[in-house]
Amino acid sequence: MALFARAPIAPLEYSRTLWMRLWVGAVMVFLYAPLVVLMIFSFNDSKRNVVWRGFTTKYYEKALGNDQLVEALLNSLTIAALATVASLLLGAVAAVMLWRFRFPLKGAVDGTISLPIIVPEICLGVAFLMFFAAVGWPTDPVWPFNLGAITIAHITFCFPFVTMVVRSRLATFNREQEEAAKDLGASEWQVFRDVLIPHIKPALVAGALLSFTLSLDDFVITYFTSGPDTITFPVKVYSMVRFSVTPEVNAASTLLIILTVILTFVALKAQGVKAIAETH
Amino acid sequence: MTEPAKPIIQIQNVSKRFGKVTAVDNVSLDINAGEFFVLLGPSGCGKTTLLRMIAGFELPTEGKILIDGQDMAGIPPNKRPVNMVFQSYAVFPHMSVADNVAYGLKIAGVKGGEVRDRVAEALELVKLGGFETRMPDQMSGGQRQRVALARSLVMRPKVLLLDEPLSALDAKLRAQMQFELSDLQEKVGITFVTVTHDQDEALSMACRIGVINKGEVAQLATPSDLYEYPANRFVADFVGSVNIFEGKLILDEPDKAAVDCPGLGKVYLNHGVTGPHGADVWVALRPEKIYLHVPGAGKAVNAAAQDAPDGHNFARGKIKGMSYLGDITLFEIELETGARIRVSRPNLSRHDQEDFTWDDKVSMHWRADSPVVLLG
Repeated sequence: MALFARAPIAPLEYSRTLWMRLWVGAVMVFLYAPLVVLMIFSFNDSKRNVVWRGFTTKYYEKALGNDQLVEALLNSLTIAALATVASLLLGAVAAVMLWRFRFPLKGAVDGTISLPIIVPEICLGVAFLMFFAAVGWPTDPVWPFNLGAITIAHITFCFPFVTMVVRSRLATFNREQEEAAKDLGASEWQVFRDVLIPHIKPALVAGALLSFTLSLDDFVITYFTSGPDTITFPVKVYSMVRFSVTPEVNAASTLLIILTVILTFVALKAQGVKAIAETH
Repeated sequence: MTEPAKPIIQIQNVSKRFGKVTAVDNVSLDINAGEFFVLLGPSGCGKTTLLRMIAGFELPTEGKILIDGQDMAGIPPNKRPVNMVFQSYAVFPHMSVADNVAYGLKIAGVKGGEVRDRVAEALELVKLGGFETRMPDQMSGGQRQRVALARSLVMRPKVLLLDEPLSALDAKLRAQMQFELSDLQEKVGITFVTVTHDQDEALSMACRIGVINKGEVAQLATPSDLYEYPANRFVADFVGSVNIFEGKLILDEPDKAAVDCPGLGKVYLNHGVTGPHGADVWVALRPEKIYLHVPGAGKAVNAAAQDAPDGHNFARGKIKGMSYLGDITLFEIELETGARIRVSRPNLSRHDQEDFTWDDKVSMHWRADSPVVLLG
């Protein structure tokens, strides 16, 4: 009876129509089935990793016991942290500058600042390879200075994202708040610290997390800029796969996915705060 | 005021041009200490620019502004002894009410204990005691405005500037805030300078009003003088509602004058107007100063003159439009000349609005001191 007691489907309630549900379901399977299979097989008790042979967590132990893999992960996290801090400073300053000031060639700067986002990664990768070779960038200093080239490359494609997020946040800034602060005696610097920074804070949080995940995940550009001793996590996984796909690779990938998902979730949360703040 | 008025703000020949546009054109006016001064004008007339020049957010192209005798040239907004309440209130959304109000004091380096006392005092003044820990997004528009007021008043400025302070409030709250602002101003004794386009707001709150039109001062007067003795057609039309008829001055003696208006007929006044004989002038007549009545019983309609008391002007016409507003009814009457005149009539009893209806012939009369003769 309950089935018939339900209200009829309204014209715009697509989410309740059967064909739409089937379609959405199909899309979900298409998108996430490979990831789910990868995660499930990280627990597979088999070397060949083709047929399910029982549950085990030993490949997680193995992955975490693999010094090279752990070192790669450490490298990746270090690069991501450095790139995030630098991108945040550079990106936020660029956004504030483009929003607040008029200067010669502003249009050109505005146009080219997002170029690293548009240019194909492979081109950027090759460009960095040639650039660092041309300037004779040292490849074997001590850790963490050996990560310099990769970090610089990562900053280049991360900071435009920070600029974009911060600029869209700045567009909602009420200039009367700036004037109100000045009216109450604040200097330019105090206005910046007390009024502008709090306003763009959600964008800074979102931009930082965006940079961190982009840097952590990057393979193409890193592949071209990494030296023999500076392997990052994605590059390491790739080299492991070239020999054989063992559950160890699955386990490592699963860990990376979980890390990325957590960070993305936090980033979305921060943007949610921003959306709430914008409603008044 | 018993003591002689002392100017706290002196605006001397100030002009402001944005490129080719002249926003403020050679304005000179003094604002007295302790008065509630209102700059009134239509949008785009330059009144806000004038206010922003006093605050220091715009610099005059020409002329100078003195606050308490001191020339403000080269003094940035954060160093001026004035504070402003912004149209959007500009309350800092990431700070609590108490932090908002304390902001200016902290910048000024006032010590913690005194900050607390003065914040509490300011919040008490705007009736927000107990709201200290609230965040702005938990408050209504009216409450946020009070926060903005307290935040400025706590600085004890010499002058408080208010930019369209009531425009974002609903009608009831606006009427209430008009009284509260006047009360507050009397209580703190600080000079208030308010910008508004709303004539009711200006009339109800101001000690003096400066009417601004196209960047110039059209008239500077007390509310009642502004309404009853407008200096020109712009002021007569902008402040309140008015009928304006063009005419020629045909008689002008110390105790009487007459204007011949093609639209209204001859209008007699019981005082002189000191204008050149035969000059083109305008007669302004407020709708509420015209008495409206049914033509006398048994008399011909054209005997309207007999309905009017001695010494009154009279006219007659036909009702072409009516709008019932509750307290008054507005009539639009077509005169015999074809011109139209607006008349308002208070509904003193519950059935007054039933006295007249469309196409009724009516008589009108008004006192000889009611019309205002305008030369410009």
